Order: sequence, then structure tokens, then C-alpha cells
Amino acid sequence: MSTRRTRSLVPYLLILPTFVFVAAFTIWPTINAIYTSFFRQRLNVARFREPTFIGVENYVKLFHDPRFLNVLRNTFIYVLGTVPASIIVAFLFAWLVNRKIKGVGWVRLGIFHPTILPMVSAATIWMFFFTPDYGLFNTTLSRLGYQGPQNWTGNPHLALLAVMIVAFWKNAGYYMIFYLAGLQGLPHDVFEAAVLDGATTWQQLRYITFPLLRRTTLFVTTIAFIGAFQTVDHIFVLTQGGPSGASTVLLYYLWQIRFEYQDVGKASAITVILIALLLIFTVSNFMLSERKEEA
Amino acid sequence: METKATSRLQRWLWTLIAWGLAALWAVPVLWAFAASLRPADEPIKRGDVWFGSTLTVENYSRAWSLAPFGQYYLNTFAMVGMILGVQIITITLAAFAFAHYRFKGRKLLLYLILLQLMIPTTALLVPNFATIRSMGLYDTIFAIAIPYFGSAFGTFLMRQAFLEVPRDLVDAGIMDGCSWWQLLRYVYLPPSMPTLTAFALSSVSWHWNEFLWPLIVTKSDAARPLTAGLVRFTQLGEIGAQWSLLSAATLLVAGPLFLLFLIFQRRFIESFVHSGLK
Repeated sequence: MSTRRTRSLVPYLLILPTFVFVAAFTIWPTINAIYTSFFRQRLNVARFREPTFIGVENYVKLFHDPRFLNVLRNTFIYVLGTVPASIIVAFLFAWLVNRKIKGVGWVRLGIFHPTILPMVSAATIWMFFFTPDYGLFNTTLSRLGYQGPQNWTGNPHLALLAVMIVAFWKNAGYYMIFYLAGLQGLPHDVFEAAVLDGATTWQQLRYITFPLLRRTTLFVTTIAFIGAFQTVDHIFVLTQGGPSGASTVLLYYLWQIRFEYQDVGKASAITVILIALLLIFTVSNFMLSERKEEA
Repeated sequence: METKATSRLQRWLWTLIAWGLAALWAVPVLWAFAASLRPADEPIKRGDVWFGSTLTVENYSRAWSLAPFGQYYLNTFAMVGMILGVQIITITLAAFAFAHYRFKGRKLLLYLILLQLMIPTTALLVPNFATIRSMGLYDTIFAIAIPYFGSAFGTFLMRQAFLEVPRDLVDAGIMDGCSWWQLLRYVYLPPSMPTLTAFALSSVSWHWNEFLWPLIVTKSDAARPLTAGLVRFTQLGEIGAQWSLLSAATLLVAGPLFLLFLIFQRRFIESFVHSGLK
């Protein structure tokens, strides 16, 4: 038994630095946001500059505001559209590059490199890529027979899809690395036995690979969901949330309400809603996977 | 039973598919790179979208002269270095305490720290902005860095790595009269270096690429990092739709991290495989 049972102060002192920063920039601001969300405080209106207690009015107003409901809708489309797609493709990529292929290092680099780009750089490149008329995205699509609108980032029906494409393109390679690590850790003899028993590729995937990679999937799903909620850099570059709110998601709206409309109370309420969504998701994801483990 | 010929054909087919997909994925960046080398007075038109008449680096020098990219580089370097330097110390110490000792409140403290994984710092930008303001740190590099000095992710990763250090080794160290510091330095850390490297690489790339928080807490070129500088650059009136110039600026911002990755590519992917990330 080498783990020391101790009454000394040493372990507490070792944890102290980490704890101080987590307390100051995670725990305290969470409490602070909940508290502030019950107040009216608008910095650009003189008579509302000092906080006044108004109960749950910020929340009531938000849920009656069609703009906010639209933001929630966009957020769900964005998250449910990008997360499963990039995870599935990430798995397929990992499965593909985990075999003996000539120049596999280059193939991995080709798929993984968007991860290393700053999202603002990636978005700037895609802005160029999306340019109407001569942008490579449009010229390629029209060569494939596409006749629809050209200006994707400026079209209310396509702007959200455009920012989703960029996120999908950037993240698939990142998640691939985790699956690649998972695949390389799988026991070879199980597959050899399966092949001898005449299992098809699909049966191997279905009954060996997927179950053994469940932990990887749980991990990737969690970071993908949290990532989808907290990345809006490409929206700043490509659409600024527009046209007329068509590509505004929760975190972008939060920024707008706080720094453009200067409404601290409402922004705090949105922060609380964002945190609640993140917690609901991570906890239910975790519980779902635990239950599967028992089954 | 497969014959040799079909399995070779199959391998060729997979190689072809893999190369095709990788090429497809790389097109945006390759295109931007080609465009950045195009003479500025040859705008991109329908039909000739890949190369101009000659290759030139003038777009890079023009981008460099139009915005203080040198200053942005220094700011990003300082910010990324500061964060990583502090994180390595804080996460190693905390992870060691959680892995090595048993003490009252251990679980509670660990859970409180792990909250940071579920509530990302980015989501807390409104209250954290107020904190930065009241600390008088607004518009400094320090303001960008300080929320990340404690890392739940790093603490968790290092704790997992430390827990895998063989108990016999630790016991032997204790028998030899090692202090806690010596145990950490000579017993726990050496086998955990791949994990620490993986963490360092992901910390550097995460903070090099971060945009929203630096945008909020800085307003002058003296504190602004590359990412916020690039977005400002793209919005400068005189830039307009000069895609060659924009591509050059974009690649300037991404370049150093890209080179770092190319050099450490094998290391990077191996570290991921080694660390508890799988």
C-alpha cells in the first residue's frame, strides 16, 4: 500500500495553485452568472446602469423572444448536424488509414492538418473558397451540375449550412486521431479468430470494433459536443451571425447581447442556459454509456 | 478464400480511396497557398483559379507591412509560453497530490476541479470579463492567459499517467528515503513524459488558435494575438477582396504552428496513442 494516507498539509498545498485558478475562473463566475441573471443591468441605458433585482424576468423575456428561440433552433441544428457527421466520418477515416497504404503518413497529414489551423484562418480560407462565381467551391459544384444560389454565406437558407461545413471539415481529422489510437490498441488475435470463423468485414465492425471502441466514442462525443457549443470563431469571419440571424448560435448571441447590446443581465441568463445545456448533455451522455455497460 | 491477386487489387483500391479523400480534404489549404503566391495585379477570375503567370512572395511582405504581424507574433508567443509554463507546474503538482496521497476531501476537490471540463472557460466569458476588468488586467497579454493557468484536463491526464507508475517503484523510492519532490522528479515524472508532451502540444495548439476570449479582453495591437489580428486585418477597408493578400495573411498566422506540427508529427500522434486519450 503505497498511496499515503496523510494528515499533512502537503497534498493541499500541491493542489492549491490549480484550485485557486479553477475557483476564480470556473466556480466563482458560474455562481456569479446565476446571481447576476436575476438582475436588470444594461450598460448603455443610463437609468438601467445600476443592477436592479427583477427575479426571473430575464429568462421569461428570453423564452418569449422569437429571436432567442431562433438562436436555440440554430444551435440544435448546428450541434446535431456537425457532431454525429464528423464523428462518423472520423471513424471511417481512422478505419481507412489504419491499414497498409502507400504513403499513409501523407494521407493522415492531408486529413488531420485542418486541426492545426486556427479556426479564424480556416474560416478565412473557406470565405475565399465560398466566393460566388470563381470560388473553387462554386466552380466545382456547378461542374457537378449544381444550379442553386452561389452566395452561400450571404443566403439565409445556406449560411448556417456553410458554417457547419467548415466545422465538419476542421474537426473530422481531429476526432480521427482518437479513433486511430483506439483501433491501434485493439487485440489482433480476436480479429484473426473472427476471420477464421468466416466473419465478414461488417460483422467484425459490428461485433468487435464498435463495442471495444465504446469508451473512445464516449470521449469523442463529449469533446465534440462541448466543442460545438464553444466554437463560434468561424461565424465571426464568415457570416457575423447573419443574414438576419440565420447563422446565430447560442455563444455568438451571448457575445452580441453582452458586447453589442451591453445587456449584462440578459447575457448572464444566456450564460446560465448555456451552462445548463452543457451539463445536461455531459451528464446524460455519461449515464447513458454507464447503463449500456451494465446491459 | 481470397486469391493473392484480388487482395492486391483491394489494397490498391483502398490506397486510391484514401489518397482521393486526403486530396479532397487538403484542397482548401492548397488552393489558398497557390493563391498566396500569385502576383497581386492578377486577380482571380473564372477559369483561371489556380496559378498566376509567375510565383511571388510579395503578398506576404505586403501583408506584413499592412498590419503589425511581428507584434502579433510576439504577443501570441508570450501568451502561449506563459500559459504552458504555468500549466506544466500546476498540473504536475496537483496530479501528483491526487495520485500519490490519500487525504480528506480528495474526491470533492477532484470533482470541483473537473467541473472545468464540463463548463468550458469560453462559456463564462461574461463573468470572467468582469473579473478581468476589476483586476485591472484589461488589454494585457496576462488577461488572455490567466483563466487557463489551472487546467482540469491536464490535471486529469497527468493523474492517469501517474496512477500507471508501478507501485513497487514508488515503494522502493520511499524505502530509500526520497522526499515527495524526489519521488515526483525521479519516480513519477520520467515514465509520464509522453503524456506531458501530448498535453503540451494540445495546450499550445489550443491557445495559439483561440480567438473569442482574446478578442474580448484586448483592444490594442500591443496585446492582441495573431488570431484577433487576422480578423481585424480581413476587415481593414483597403483589403477588400484581395484574396491573394488575404491568403498570405491567413497562412502567416497558421504557419509556425503548422511547422511545429510537421516536425513533431510522429511524436504528436504517438503521444496521443500513449496518453490516456484513447
